[in-house]
Amino acid sequence: MFESIEKTLSTLESHGYVADAGVATSLFLALRMGKALFLEGEPGVGKTELAKVVAEAQGAELIRLQCYEGLDVQQAVYDWNYPRQLLAIQARGAGVEANDGRPDGALDDLYTEDYLLRRPLLRALDPAASPDRPPVLLIDELDRADEEFESFLLELLSDFQITIPEIGTLRPERRPVVFLTSNRTREIHDALKRRCVFQWIDYPSAERELEIVRAKLPTLDEHLLRSVVAFVQAVRGLDLDKRPGVAETLDWAEALSHLGTERLDPLRVEQTLGFLLKYQDDVDQLRGEKTKELLAEPAPATRGAASG
Amino acid sequence: MSNVMTFVALLRRSGVRVTTGQALDFCRALGLLDLGDRDQIFHAGRSLLVVRREDLALYDALFGRFFSTKWAERQVRAQPAPRAPRHDEPREKPFTIVNYMAYKAKHIEREVDVTDRSGTFTDVELLQRKDFSQLTPEELRAVRRLIGDMRWRASLRTTRRRQPSRRGDLLDLRSTLRRAARHGGVVTGLERAERRQKQRPLVVLADISGSMEKLSRLVLQFFYSLTRGLGDVEAFLFGTRLTRVTEPLRLRNIDQAISGAARAARDWSGGTRIGENLHAFERRFARRVLRRGALLVVISDGWERGSTARLEGAMRRLHHRCHRLIWLNPLAGRRDYRPLARGMAAALPFIDDFLPVHNLQSLEALSHHLASLPSRRGGVRGSAGRLVLPALSDSAAAGHARPRPPVKTP
Repeated sequence: MFESIEKTLSTLESHGYVADAGVATSLFLALRMGKALFLEGEPGVGKTELAKVVAEAQGAELIRLQCYEGLDVQQAVYDWNYPRQLLAIQARGAGVEANDGRPDGALDDLYTEDYLLRRPLLRALDPAASPDRPPVLLIDELDRADEEFESFLLELLSDFQITIPEIGTLRPERRPVVFLTSNRTREIHDALKRRCVFQWIDYPSAERELEIVRAKLPTLDEHLLRSVVAFVQAVRGLDLDKRPGVAETLDWAEALSHLGTERLDPLRVEQTLGFLLKYQDDVDQLRGEKTKELLAEPAPATRGAASG
Repeated sequence: MSNVMTFVALLRRSGVRVTTGQALDFCRALGLLDLGDRDQIFHAGRSLLVVRREDLALYDALFGRFFSTKWAERQVRAQPAPRAPRHDEPREKPFTIVNYMAYKAKHIEREVDVTDRSGTFTDVELLQRKDFSQLTPEELRAVRRLIGDMRWRASLRTTRRRQPSRRGDLLDLRSTLRRAARHGGVVTGLERAERRQKQRPLVVLADISGSMEKLSRLVLQFFYSLTRGLGDVEAFLFGTRLTRVTEPLRLRNIDQAISGAARAARDWSGGTRIGENLHAFERRFARRVLRRGALLVVISDGWERGSTARLEGAMRRLHHRCHRLIWLNPLAGRRDYRPLARGMAAALPFIDDFLPVHNLQSLEALSHHLASLPSRRGGVRGSAGRLVLPALSDSAAAGHARPRPPVKTP
C-alpha cells in the first residue's frame, strides 16, 4: 500500500487524493521511519484531507484532535468523570453502596478506568482502544493551540507514552500514525518540527488542480472545468486578503454546475464569487472590469485528453 | 555518507539550521530510497532537513547546485566532494548603521570635545525632557543607557487557560474532588478557578528613512529594551523595504543584538514608502505575528512619498487585526504640530492612540500607556483623544478632532 513512493502515489490517487512527489515522499518516509508528518500550508490545500485518506486506505480509525487556544491536558489527553465520581461518593455516603470492606472514605476506587474520560491523545496511544491496527492521529491546526500545549506535544512525540499518575504508564506496542497540520497563523517552534517530517503544501499547479477537480467532480463539464481552474489560478495571483484554496475551487465548481453553467461569464462569476472569496474587500477587488480581464486570459495548457 | 555531511555542512553555512538528529534521519531515509532517483533524494532532504518555509527556496537552490552532477555517478566514482559554493554571510556590509553612526559620531564628537570638555549633564530632569534630535553624543549615550533600563509591561488579556483561584468564577472540580479525598470523601467546599491572564504580544514597526534619522539612532535601543522587558515582541524596520529584526534582538548581548539588527536592515536613512511597507507587513507577517490580541506600535513621521491609498488600505486592515494600534510620531511633541503630512492624515482615522515620541518623558508615558490599556477598544476610542498630543486637543474645536474610522469592525 505504502511500500514505495510509487505505490504511495497510486494508493493516494485511488482514494481520490492527487499528491505531488514531495508529499508522497514525505508520507512514505514518515510511515516507514515512524515519524510524525507535519503539514504546513495555506488553508484549503488538502492537509487534513491527506490524514483522512491515509486512515481510509489503511482501514484504520482516524482520531482527530482539533486544536484551539487554551487546549489543555484535560481536553487533549484525559480527564476524570467528576460528576460520576461525586455521585459515587454521595451514594456511598447514603449507604446505598454496600461497604466493601474498604476503610470509609478511601477514594482510591474513584480513580480507576471506570471514571476515566479518554480524550483523543489517550485513545490514540491506548493499545486497548484499537487492538487491530494503530490508529491515525490527526492533530489539526496546531497553530491555534498555545505554546504550552506545543511543549507538551514535543514530549509526547518523543517517547509516545502517557503517564496517568493514578493508573500507570500507557505505551502502545505500535505507534500511531501521526499527522500535524498548521495554517501558519503563528510559527510553530522548530524543535517540534524537527521531530517530524516537514512538508510545506503549496497551492497546486493548474495541471494538478485540474486533476484534483476531475477526480472529485467527475461529472463536471470539461470546458467549464478548465475555465474554472484557469480563473482560480489567476485569482491566486492577485493581491488578496485570503486567496482561495482547492476546497474553494471545488465548492465553486460544484455551485456552478448546480446552476447549470456552461460558460463562465462576468455576471455568473459575480453572482457566485462568495464561494471563492471570503472577504468583502477581496470581492470588491474582483467586481466589474477585473473579472472580465481575468476571464479573457487564456486557459492553461494541459497535457493530453481529460481522464478521470 | 560523506556527501551527505558535506551537503548538510553547506546548508548550515548558508544559514539553514540542521541538527545532527536531522542529518541522521536523512541518512536513515536514504536507506529507504532509490539512490538513483535524484527526485526522491531531493524531496526526502527537503522534508527532513528543512523545517521553515523560508528556507525551502534556499534548499532548492543549494540542492540543485550540489547535486548537479548525477548523484549515482558521484557515488560510483567516489571522487572528493566538489568545493561547495560559499554562501557565508558577508561579514562586512558596505553600509550599515553601525559604521555610519560611528562615522557620524566621530564627526560631531570632535567639535563637542573642544567646546564642552567637562560635559556634565547631571540634570537628569533636563535630559528627560530634551528632544531626541537635540542630543549631544554624550547625552545620546546616556539616553541609550536610560532606555535600556526602562521597565516595560504590556496590558493583560484573558487567556483560555485556567488557574486555581480563591475568587475565580469557574468551578474547579478536579481540585474539589482532590480535597474531598483528603476529608474522607466529603465535599467540604468548592474549589474555584479563573482564566489566566497574560501580557499581550507587542509588535513594533519603525520607520528608519532619512526624515526619521535623528530617532533612528535610538530605535534599536528602544526595541532591545522592549524585547528584554516583555519577551513576546516582534520588531520590524522599514525604509524602502521591510526588515524583520526580531531574531537578532533576542540575543542576550546588547551589542551583538543591536549590531545584528542594524546589519539586517540595509536601507537606513533612505527613502520612505510607508504604505508599501505596511502593506507588505500586513500581507507577509500580520497573520502570523498579530495574534492573540496583540498591540501594534508604528513609529513614523508619516512623510509618505507613495500613494496614500495603499497606506489607507493597509491601515484599515491592520486596525482590524490588532487589539490596539498606536502610532508614535517624533514630530508630535512640538506645540505647533498638526498631522497634515499626507501619509499621517490618511493613517489617522485608523489609529487608536496617536502619541509623541521625542524625548525620554514621552517614552515613559508610552510605558504607562502600554501597561494600562483597557481590555476593550470600543468605548475608549472617543476619549482616546485625551491621549493625543495636547496641542491637538487644544485645537479640537478648530476642526482637528479625531475622526472616527469610516469602517466598523465586523
